Amino acid sequence: MKRKVSVWLMVLMVIGLLVGCTGASGQEAAEVEPSAQVETTESVVEEADAESSEATLVATDSIILSTTTSTENSGLLAYILPDFTEKTGIEVKVVAVGTGKALQMGMDGEADVLLVHAKPSEETFVADGHGVERFDVMYNDFVIIGPDADPADLRATGAEIVPSFKKIFESQAPFVSRGDDSGTHKKEKSLWTAAGLTPEGDSYVSAGKGMGDVIQMADEMQAYTMSDRATYLSMSDKLDLEILVEGDPILFNQYGVIAVNPDKNELINNAGANAFIEWLLSAETQEMISGFGVEEFGQPLFVPNAK
Amino acid sequence: MTYIVDGFIGAFKILSSFDQEIYSIIGLSIFVSFTSTLISAIFGIIFGILLGLNDFKGKNIIVRCMYSFMALPPVVVGLFVAIFISRRGPLGSLQLMFTPTAMVVAQTLLITPIISGLVYNATRTYGNQISEVCMSLGGTWWNRMVLVFFELKKSIAVAITTGFGRGISEVGAVMIVGGNIKGHTRVMTTFIAMNNSMGNYEQSIAMGLVLIGIAIVTNSVIHRLTGEEL
Repeated sequence: MKRKVSVWLMVLMVIGLLVGCTGASGQEAAEVEPSAQVETTESVVEEADAESSEATLVATDSIILSTTTSTENSGLLAYILPDFTEKTGIEVKVVAVGTGKALQMGMDGEADVLLVHAKPSEETFVADGHGVERFDVMYNDFVIIGPDADPADLRATGAEIVPSFKKIFESQAPFVSRGDDSGTHKKEKSLWTAAGLTPEGDSYVSAGKGMGDVIQMADEMQAYTMSDRATYLSMSDKLDLEILVEGDPILFNQYGVIAVNPDKNELINNAGANAFIEWLLSAETQEMISGFGVEEFGQPLFVPNAK
Repeated sequence: MTYIVDGFIGAFKILSSFDQEIYSIIGLSIFVSFTSTLISAIFGIIFGILLGLNDFKGKNIIVRCMYSFMALPPVVVGLFVAIFISRRGPLGSLQLMFTPTAMVVAQTLLITPIISGLVYNATRTYGNQISEVCMSLGGTWWNRMVLVFFELKKSIAVAITTGFGRGISEVGAVMIVGGNIKGHTRVMTTFIAMNNSMGNYEQSIAMGLVLIGIAIVTNSVIHRLTGEEL
C-alpha cells in the first residue's frame, strides 16, 4: 500500500515538473529565466548587426565603462561624458574601481570598454586576447603630498622621487599606501623597489581604499602619501597637505582605452565601445580634456596625447 | 561561471593553509565585536530593565527613541563617530581615528539600543509579574532588579547574541572609523569589501564563508534559546 502511494506520488511529481516546464512560456519565462533574456538580447544584437552592415554606426542605448577611481573622483568624466551622449545618444554607465578590478571586469566580460592606467598590465590584457586594441588617451602625473611640517624633509630633495622615498623610510614618518592593487599602488610599489626598500612596520599604513579615502586618511594622520595630481587638486581646499615632490618623469601616468573583446559574450556592446573610443581620441574631445581643471585649479589635470 | 567555482576552490585552499593574516583578521573582528557587545550589554541590560520596571513622565519618548535607534544605519553611526574623533573634531586630541578603539566605540553605539530594546521588551512582558512576586515576599528594590535579571536570563542572552551578530556583520561603521588598515584595523567585512574592489574573488569568498559560519553559529544560539519556554 505504502509503495503504491509513493509510486503515485512520484508519477504526480514528474507530471507536475513537465507541466511546470512547458507551461512556463510567454511573459513569465521572460521574467524568471535569464536564458530567455539572453535570447531576446541576442535577437537585438543580431538586428543591430544587420543594421550596422547597412548604416555606418548604430547607437545602441548604453555602454559600461570600467575605469579607475581617479577619472571619476577628479570629475573629468562628469565633465566630458555629456558631450558623448549628446553626439551619439549612447548613455555611459561608469563603474569606477581600481585598475586591477577594472581589468578583471574586462576579463569577465562585465564591461564594454576600459579606461585605465597601468600600461604593462594593459598590454598583457590585449596580448591575452581579452581586449581588441589599446590606445593612448592622456596622461597625468603623480605627486607626493604630506604635511606642511614635512618631518622627512622632502622639500630639500627637489624633484627626485627615489631619494624622497628613502628619506620617508629612514625618518619613519607615517606613509599611507593605497594597498588595493590599483594603478597608483602598483606605481608606488615599483618606486619602493627602485629605492631598494621594503616598507613595513607601523609607519607604513596599507589602507586598501580608493584615492580620495587615502588622501583623507593621510590628512587625518598628517602622513605622506602618493596621489595622482587630479584627485589631490580636486580636494586640496579641504586639506592640510601640500605637494612636496613633483615633476620627476618617473611619475608620469599614462592612461589607455581598450574595447573588451566582443567574443566574450553576446551582451558586450562593441559598436558602442568603438564609438566611445573614436570620440575619446578625436581632436575635439582631446581639446576638451586639456581644458578640464584650468578654470578651477589654474592648471589642467590631464594632458591629452592620443596619436 | 568558472571563476565562481575557482573562487570556492581557492577559498578552501586559503582557509586550510592557516594563513596568519587571514586568521588575525578573523581574530580582530571577533575581538572588536565581542568587546562592543560586552560594553553594550552592561549599559543595555541595566537601561532596559530599569525602563521596563518603572513608569515615569516622558517614558514614551525615550522608548520611541530607543526603538528608532535599534534600526540605526551603521554608516551613519560611523559618520557620527568620525565627526567627533577626527583631527578637527571636538575629541581630536585623543587620536582615536583609525584605531580598534574607535571601531569598538562605533559598534557599541550601534549595539546598545538593540540590546536595551530587546531587554526592555522582555521586561515589559514578564518583568512586572516577577517584581510583584518579589515585592509581596518583602524584597527590596535591588532584590527586584537582580531577580528580574535572573528570571529573564534567556531573553537577555538572545538580546546579547543578536547584538553580537549585528556588530560582526556590519561594514559601514568600521570602514569609516577603522579605515581598513592592514594588520591594524582590517576586519572581515572590510576585507571582503576591499578584495571585491580589487577583483580577488577567492579571498572574498574565503572570508565570506567564515562570516556566514559565524552568523549561522550566532543564529543557532538564538534559535536554541528562543526555541524553549522563556
